Amino acid sequence: MNEVIVGHISEFPERRGRVFRYGELELALFKLSDGEVKAVENSCPHKQGKLSEGIVCDHHVYCPLHDWKIDLQDGIVQAPDDGCVATYPVHVDAGGNVVLQINTAHSKVS
Amino acid sequence: MKRKLVMIGNGMAGVSFVEQLLKLNPHRYEVTIIGAEPHPNYNRIMLSSVLAGDASMQDIILNDWDWYRDNDITLHYGQAAERIDAVNQLVTTDKGIEVKYDELVLATGSLPFMLPLPGADKEGVIAFRDIKDCETMIDASKNYRKAVVIGGGLLGLEAARGLVNLKMDVSVVHIFDCLMERQLDPTASKLLQGELESQGMNFLLEKQSDSIIGKKRVAGLKFKDGTHVDADLIVMAVGIKPNVQLAKDCGIEVNRGIVVNDYLQTNIPNIYAVGECAEHRGIAYGLVAPLYEQGAILAKKLAGVESEGYQGSVVSTKLKVSGVNVFSAGRFTDEPGTQALRIQDGLDGVYKKVVFEKGKVVGAVLFGDTSDSSRLFSLIRSGEDFSGREKEVLFGPSGGGGKPASTTDLVMAMSGDEIVCGCNGVTKDTITEAIMEKGCVSIAEIKACTKASGGCGGCKPLVEAILTTTLGADNVAAVKEGICGCTAMSRDEVVDAITRMRLTTTKEVMHVLEWNNPEGCSKCRPALNYYLGMAFPEEHEDELESRFVNERNHANIQKDGTFSVVPRIYGGVTTPEDLKKIAVVAEKYHVPLVKITGGQRIDLLGVKKEDLPGMWKDLDMPSGYAYGKALRTVKTCVGSTFCRFGTQDSIKMGIDLEKKFERLNTPHKVKLAVSGCPRNCAEATIKDLGVVAIDGGWELYIAGNGGTRVRAADLLVKVKTEEEVLDWTGAYLQYYRETANFGERTSEWAQRIGLDTIKQALESKEDRDGYNSRIDKTLDLMKDPWQQIIENDELSRAFDALIAPADPQAASSGRE
Repeated sequence: MNEVIVGHISEFPERRGRVFRYGELELALFKLSDGEVKAVENSCPHKQGKLSEGIVCDHHVYCPLHDWKIDLQDGIVQAPDDGCVATYPVHVDAGGNVVLQINTAHSKVS
Repeated sequence: MKRKLVMIGNGMAGVSFVEQLLKLNPHRYEVTIIGAEPHPNYNRIMLSSVLAGDASMQDIILNDWDWYRDNDITLHYGQAAERIDAVNQLVTTDKGIEVKYDELVLATGSLPFMLPLPGADKEGVIAFRDIKDCETMIDASKNYRKAVVIGGGLLGLEAARGLVNLKMDVSVVHIFDCLMERQLDPTASKLLQGELESQGMNFLLEKQSDSIIGKKRVAGLKFKDGTHVDADLIVMAVGIKPNVQLAKDCGIEVNRGIVVNDYLQTNIPNIYAVGECAEHRGIAYGLVAPLYEQGAILAKKLAGVESEGYQGSVVSTKLKVSGVNVFSAGRFTDEPGTQALRIQDGLDGVYKKVVFEKGKVVGAVLFGDTSDSSRLFSLIRSGEDFSGREKEVLFGPSGGGGKPASTTDLVMAMSGDEIVCGCNGVTKDTITEAIMEKGCVSIAEIKACTKASGGCGGCKPLVEAILTTTLGADNVAAVKEGICGCTAMSRDEVVDAITRMRLTTTKEVMHVLEWNNPEGCSKCRPALNYYLGMAFPEEHEDELESRFVNERNHANIQKDGTFSVVPRIYGGVTTPEDLKKIAVVAEKYHVPLVKITGGQRIDLLGVKKEDLPGMWKDLDMPSGYAYGKALRTVKTCVGSTFCRFGTQDSIKMGIDLEKKFERLNTPHKVKLAVSGCPRNCAEATIKDLGVVAIDGGWELYIAGNGGTRVRAADLLVKVKTEEEVLDWTGAYLQYYRETANFGERTSEWAQRIGLDTIKQALESKEDRDGYNSRIDKTLDLMKDPWQQIIENDELSRAFDALIAPADPQAASSGRE
């Protein structure tokens, strides 16, 4: 497990996704209205829609392609659809840095 | 070992029976179905919708191939059962398959009755019974114009409606002087005829067909009185007859239909009949609800569940012919010993008749307004005595104008196994169970869970009443369907609250109006953002996080996550300079696909999100809004500038319109067109607003659509000057902005609120000025979004991805 500073909290507009690329891995990060930041794999299990472009309501994101609803806390797709996406722990440190915990084996940084 | 159940027939009645049997006793039988049509079970009632273009063949499938597989049902389709050997309990098909049975169910349905007219074997003479007939009609409409439907009953009128929608000239031939004489009384029948005539149907009543003329293909129909009518297509819809041949051949007792007792048994042991082919107590039913009731009884019988048997059904007819609601039930003709209560409202085109016998409702006819239908039907079935207070049935206890006894009371009186949704055979019990055990709280949820109201939608009021009764009156408000699952409030209530309380953010709206989900959902948030901007263009700050991806990024997302860019090309007129600029940009950013759009512009597809601001900067052209619920294109023809037929300068008119209304946010996308002469090369009559030049003026057409449901636009007004075109267009667009539901195209909106309402709203210059001053205020505030983004670092940064910093530790440990 590795800690990576993704950016500063000021770079995250509320409830609008940002894309983070790490080697071959692409994540969608969201600052929720309570200030928390969530990170999930940027690909809907349905048709690989970019979740980073979805509308965020509380701790859910709606995929922009076919409106699948995904819980950003556990990555689980909400009924009536089903499936899940990988989630990654994120925290904001005292200096306002957004820190992502990531298993570097996932990425192929050269 | 499982018993072998074989069913001959793969239609609605039979398959519904199998479904109910599997629910009651899933493991008792090994089921085999033999069906002559090459399709799985489909909703025959909806064939007219397929013809009308409202549904596709796929939409009307009730049980798809997977259903048969999942339930371990062997289906021999595309082959007819040819012989039943009742002694050895064996069925043989025309393809030579032999199937043994322990129990045999005949669900062979009915056959269209073909009049034995000379010439009936000619090409172009068909029935209206199955998918193949529909396909024949759709094909015929492509090459031929004149259609004749023989039969002015339910089936005939549905066929005629479909053919009218297919743009054929349709004449309906009927032997009697009144249409649908079995379902309507003469008054309702004449009202229906008038309405259908105004929609373009032609009627030839009291005509007896004599022979069909033509060579190989039909050319016309001759009548006994010596007259004749031209026809390229003749549809016979004079009735159906139970399909009994197979039963007859094996010695089963047959009258008009296959004779069955209250348990659907024929006179031969282990052979049953259900549906249109069966005759119970002298009646062979042709409507779906009784057939489902029979299926339910037979399912109980074969599952070993006790029941009191089938007692016959009171039938009702509820249909919508070209937008006219018609209902009838029971004995609605004036017989000796009956009294009728009638209301006729010529203003709204409503007619109601209720027939009483000894104080009980025995029949009813409704025309125009069928909202009382479920209630009246229940009254007929319940036999409640209204002696001395008959008028309460239509006028309520106060005797005049008050609310009639509620549907709710009558739902209480319904028995649990009574069928509520005739199309899908859903009983009251099934619906109650979905509410109580599966937590359904809206019609939409009940539909998703049980399929109730998923067919023609006619039972919606009843489903709603069951919902209300089951959950209790206190929860009625919560149950009412709102603009989305987050609220029970309708669009008008929400907009009213926004204006009244001066709410200015979506958060405020959701908080004040007590949304179920604190931050809404993907449906309501964009809608609220629009309504707020419409109501308070100055105060409301557009919320990017409540915009759909395309409007947030000012580009169209594609299936692979890339975007497309469409610059504004006013009126479809461009210059060599602009074309060069577009070409240079396309090369610089390696745009994989450059395409001319249907709206006379250029689409650059496959652009990476990060490249968007840079491209916009290099293009230095305004956004074409090809991604938004907004004014899209104004398509023009060449007009008098070059065209030898052009009567007016359509290009200039189009460019003026586009320059005035560009960037306008609307409930849904809005497309305009201007044609320079009535030849209408710009296809203005399928646009949200189309302008067609005539000599000395302009015609304005509204609410056209060339998309999913093609709709020809209606003429709004003829004007003389270009200023007037702008004046009317501005007022019309603002009226649409202020009254349409978010996501509702002008064509749907106009059909919902009515063309006359729109005309009235825009009639006076004073009213138009009001709308125009509001639209101008909105337009003044709009700025080009591409320009705004490239000029603002914060906005343009949102288009970049974040990249992992060059962290030595991450880099080294990440290397594999």
